[in-house]
Order: sequence, then structure tokens, then C-alpha cells
Amino acid sequence: MKTIDKPEQIGRRGFLAATAAAPAAASLIVGISADAAWAQEAKNLTPHAMATLVKAARDIFPHDHLADKYYVAACAAYDALAADAGKKAMLMDGVARLDEDAAAKFKAANYLALNWEADRVAILQGIAHTPFFAKLRSDLVVTLYNQKELWPKFGYEGASADKGGYINRGFADIDWLPTT
Amino acid sequence: MAKFDLNDDSVVCIIGSGAGGGTLGNELAQRGIKVVILEAGGRSETQDFFNDEWDSFTQLAWTDMRTTSGSWRVAKDFANLPAWIVKAVGGSTVHWAGASLRFQEHEFKTRTTYGALPGANLHDWPITLAEMEPYYTKAEFKMGVTGTNGIPRLPGNNNYKVLAAGAAKLGYKEFHSGNMAINSQPRDGRGSCQQIGFCFQGCKSGAKWSTLVSEIPKGEATGNMEVRPGSMVHKIEHDASGKVTGVVYMDSKGVTQRQKARVVAVAGNSIESPRLLLNSASSMYPDGLANSSGQVGRNYMRHMTASVYATFEKPVHMYRGTTMAGIVRDEARHDTKRGFVGGYEMETLSLGLPFMAAFLDPGGWGRSFTSAMEDFPHMAGMWLVGEDMARETNRITLDPVAKDKQGLPVASVHFDDHANDIAMRNHGFQQGAAIYESVGATRVFDTTPYPSTHNMGTNRMSEKARDGVVNKYGQTHDIKNLFVSDGSQFTSGAACNPTLTIVSLAIRQAENMAGMMQRKEI
Repeated sequence: MKTIDKPEQIGRRGFLAATAAAPAAASLIVGISADAAWAQEAKNLTPHAMATLVKAARDIFPHDHLADKYYVAACAAYDALAADAGKKAMLMDGVARLDEDAAAKFKAANYLALNWEADRVAILQGIAHTPFFAKLRSDLVVTLYNQKELWPKFGYEGASADKGGYINRGFADIDWLPTT
Repeated sequence: MAKFDLNDDSVVCIIGSGAGGGTLGNELAQRGIKVVILEAGGRSETQDFFNDEWDSFTQLAWTDMRTTSGSWRVAKDFANLPAWIVKAVGGSTVHWAGASLRFQEHEFKTRTTYGALPGANLHDWPITLAEMEPYYTKAEFKMGVTGTNGIPRLPGNNNYKVLAAGAAKLGYKEFHSGNMAINSQPRDGRGSCQQIGFCFQGCKSGAKWSTLVSEIPKGEATGNMEVRPGSMVHKIEHDASGKVTGVVYMDSKGVTQRQKARVVAVAGNSIESPRLLLNSASSMYPDGLANSSGQVGRNYMRHMTASVYATFEKPVHMYRGTTMAGIVRDEARHDTKRGFVGGYEMETLSLGLPFMAAFLDPGGWGRSFTSAMEDFPHMAGMWLVGEDMARETNRITLDPVAKDKQGLPVASVHFDDHANDIAMRNHGFQQGAAIYESVGATRVFDTTPYPSTHNMGTNRMSEKARDGVVNKYGQTHDIKNLFVSDGSQFTSGAACNPTLTIVSLAIRQAENMAGMMQRKEI
């Protein structure tokens, strides 16, 4: 049966090779942080707000096999959206609410400072009824899963007509069903 | 290609180019009758379609503002998208999956068979299966339905094989790769199915029957039919005698036009058709056209629907190949021992990754949701589609606030499930899960109904004028040269997909309309 990669798994050997090849500058790997280049580039939102939105995006749709860049891409449009004062207020207020709740519930500096996903999810559950959360979730379900680059990571092959469909490419190749 | 004058009052003006309007247009044109089809959407051809769910949605879907109310979950999750239907030449036949099934005999006689169900507004159709059979035969031949006319069925894909293996384990008897209006071999100038898997996005090989690839080009080739895309009809006009005289529409350039007509046929699907009749109210018809019964917009049906998805230890790749070429029919029977009247079909269904994210569990998030998404290639899926009960209170009305670009009230769709719909859905969830669990499903998902793809009943057919909007030919009881030609005519919805019945009714309507015109009755 023709399959394509599900969540890619890097073996120990592959991991060692990859880390050996990478530059030894740990400072390049900043993760989801206001210091990251993509956060610093924000024009209408603060870098802190950008980073918080990206972190929340990962917490709403957590896929451990996806690099941060897909969540950054999913949130990229928010900065431009914040050119509108009303939209900006909604996003900035939403981020402020996440930070306030992190402080109140867990005595953390802010949402980003909470290291356990479960704690951050508890905060998201607390605001799940808000228009801010609804907007985030309903935008992200498109802006994340509609990125063609990540489709192969979910075993989805995308367009097929340009490849002649599946008539000769495994539309009926399932081989594990019980015979009747 | 024909071009008719706006003042040519000898034409039949058809509003909408889908299964009803497109078929009626071609059937009339073949008989030498002049036809103008006004289509609100644009014209995209086979080569223009996208193998991409959101791009295609943007290209084809009817996304003009609508509002919703009622206890159905669509009103919460998709408040402005009650229906997933098409605004384009070819209408929703561009989007449909091709499943072509005949109603069962009792499904034309629901009041007689099911009795007076509390909270439902059941009526028998004024026609029987026996009267419809010759037209079903013509429609199946026209559409090239597999499993009829000696046309072989399509080969089953992976998703079908899972369904079939589970159905066999459970002891179901009637399952196969469907009666599909998709070429399993070259036919009627179109090629055979390439198992592309984007049936909903407009078939890119042309193997799937649609009015876009079949009825409309055939009608145009007669020189008797003109299709005007981008033409949104606001109002149907009438004279002092009450007969309709033509329609007012906004053309593709945004200019208001008036097309005169001898006959007007409304075929805008079950949301827009009643909206147009209601928006055409006048001093003579203060409640809207053809609405002396008060039934215009009422009895809205959308089928008992739901989906069952399941994940397995090993891959399925359900999205490869024909989307809906797989069916289990054993539950389509009427058997009240199951705790409900009517029945339902189980049909293969798959979504691509982007739409699975949007529809698996609308509003869902967190690891329960994302772990399901990560099993996407190991999923199989089926759609449950069954008869829902017509209710007077399930209806299309004019929204008191929201207006469209022309300033006309938009359609508001109210829907509450009948208790029978809920009992049937629960039974379907249980049987769907049993099918998949019998072949090793590790997790099963009960997926809530999508925005409606089957929209029916809002201008229902009735024997008596007081009970409905149109007679057995789709002619309105109130105005003899005004017809309804789409699924809004349905008196009841049956268990199966509606398109074959819409096409059959359009063929029958064309025959009768042509006779009435020849006899100068209209």
C-alpha cells in the first residue's frame, strides 16, 4: 500500500547528524519569544503580543511534529489586521487578558512564562467564551491547516488531477482489511 | 449561441441553472422553445476548477449573507452559512457528489405511511412512484447513472472497501459502490472517472454529470437557449390579471434589467426560491407570489445528516478516489422497530485535511482534536443521510434587518430537528460506529451535520391549493404561468440524495409545460 509520511520521526542517528550540522549558536534558536525576528518585525502589534498569539495558537492546535514556523505563519496576518484600531484593541486586550489570568491563576509574569501547556490550556479554557478566543480559533483552523507545506506531515496529498488522479496511484490499494 | 431581446415576451425565463433549472432549460430548448436562464453566479468551466478545498469554496460557494436561527448546531457554528451550495453556472450540480437514487414507493406517501406525527407537517405527494418511474428512467439515462442502463459501477476505493468490509461483518446485504452519475466508462462525449477525489470541488475530468457539462452546452447548441451568468433576480413582476410578465434582475455589470417572459420558472434552490417569491410581494399578492396557502418558505427540509469518521491502526487514505462511490442501503427501509419512521442511507464520504479541520468538530480545539487530525491518513468516513420530517416552523423568512447589496432582505433560515430526526441520527451513529469497529476502528467520531447541502420543501407540491405552493407539475396553484423547478417542490425528502428526483421532475415538467404552451393554456 502506498503511504506517505505521517508525522515524521527522526531517529537517533538522524537527530545527531542534524545537530552536528547546525551552527553552534544557541542564540539563533529563540523559540516562541518576543525576541524572535518574526515578533520584532511586527508593526502594529507589540512583539510580546505577536509571541503570545503564536504561543496561544500552538496551545489551541498543538501538533508536536510541527515546527514553530507554521504557527508563526498562521498568525502572520494579525499584525496587518491590527492596522485597524478596533481589531488592534481586540487583539491587544485579548493578550492582556491572557497575561492577567496567568498572573492571577499561577502568579506567573505572563502567559508566555507559563512552562506547562496544561496551565496555559486552563487559561484558554477560561476565555473560551470570548470573541477574542472564538476569532483566534476560527481563523487558525484555516490559517494553520490550509498551509500546503504542512499537508504531507498529516499524510494528506492535496491536488491530484495534475497527477492523473489516483486511478493508477493507489485509490484502492488497502491491503489490511479482513477478507469476507 | 442564442441571444434574446429583453422585450421578447415569448421566452421562458428560468431563474437558476442547477439540477432543476439547467435540465428544464435544455429539455425546453430541445423542443424548440426559447429559453433565457438567469444565473446569479459566474461561469467556470471544467478546466477552471481547483483541487483545493478553500480555493474552490471561494470560487463556487454561495457565500452571500444569510442568517440563521433554531436549535440546530449549524446556527451556532456557521451562523451565516446555513447551506453549502453553489453560486455558479451549473448550480449545485457542480458541487454534488453524484449519488443518484430513486425514492422508494412509500416515500411519496409519507402521511399515509407514517401517520399524523406530532410536530410534523406530513403530506403525500400528488404523484406516485409509478408515475415517476418513466422519468427516473430518462434521468438515469441522461445522467449516465452507474448500475442502470447496463452501465458498470465504479470501482470501490479504499474508503469504500472499509465500509463494505464492515457492512459484511455486520450482516448488511445491500452495499455496493453506488448509483453514481459519474462515468465509469467514456459516455456522452465525456471521459471516465480518474479517481481524482475532488468531486465536491467541480470534477476536473468532466466524468461527473452536471448541468454545466451536459444540459447547458446541449441546450445552447440548439440555438434556443441563452444563459446569462452574473444575473441576480430581485423580483418577479405580474400584470393586473395576476399573471407573471417577467423578472427584474441586476446583470453582471451591476445594471438593473427587466426580462419579459411568457413563463417564469424559479429554480434557485430551496433558500433563494422562496426568498424571491416573498421579495416579489405586491399589492395584489401582499404575502408574496404563489403564497395564498401561506406555505411559501415553510416545511424546509435538509435531511437527517451526520457523519461517522473512524481511525484505524493502519492507513486508509480515504480521500483518494471518488468521494461518494459507496453505499449501504439496508437502513433505508421504513421500520418503526428502530424507534423512528423513515430510513437513512450510509454513503462513503471524505474531506481533505483543510475541511476535516473545519468540519470534524466545529469549535473543537486542544489535544483531543489535534490527535484526531494527526490520524487523518488512517481515517475512514461515511455520511448518514436520511429522511427528516417536514415542519411548518422550519422555514425560510425574510430577515427583518439584514439586507443584500441591492437592499433586499436576505433569507433567514430557521431549523429545529424533529424528535424523529434525532432518534434516526442516534441510530445512524450507533450503526456507523458498529461498521467501523467490526473491522478494527480504534476511535470513532460522531460528526455533527455540515451546513445543508440538501435543501428541500420550501415551495412544496400538494394536491390541494391550501396545502402547498405548486401542483404535480411544479406549476404554482395561484399563478398558472409561474413554476417552481427545483428541490423546493418536494413534499417530503425521502432518505436519498435529491438530485435524481429534481432532474426527473424537471424532465416531466418540461414535457407538461411544452404541452400547456402548445395548447395556449399558458
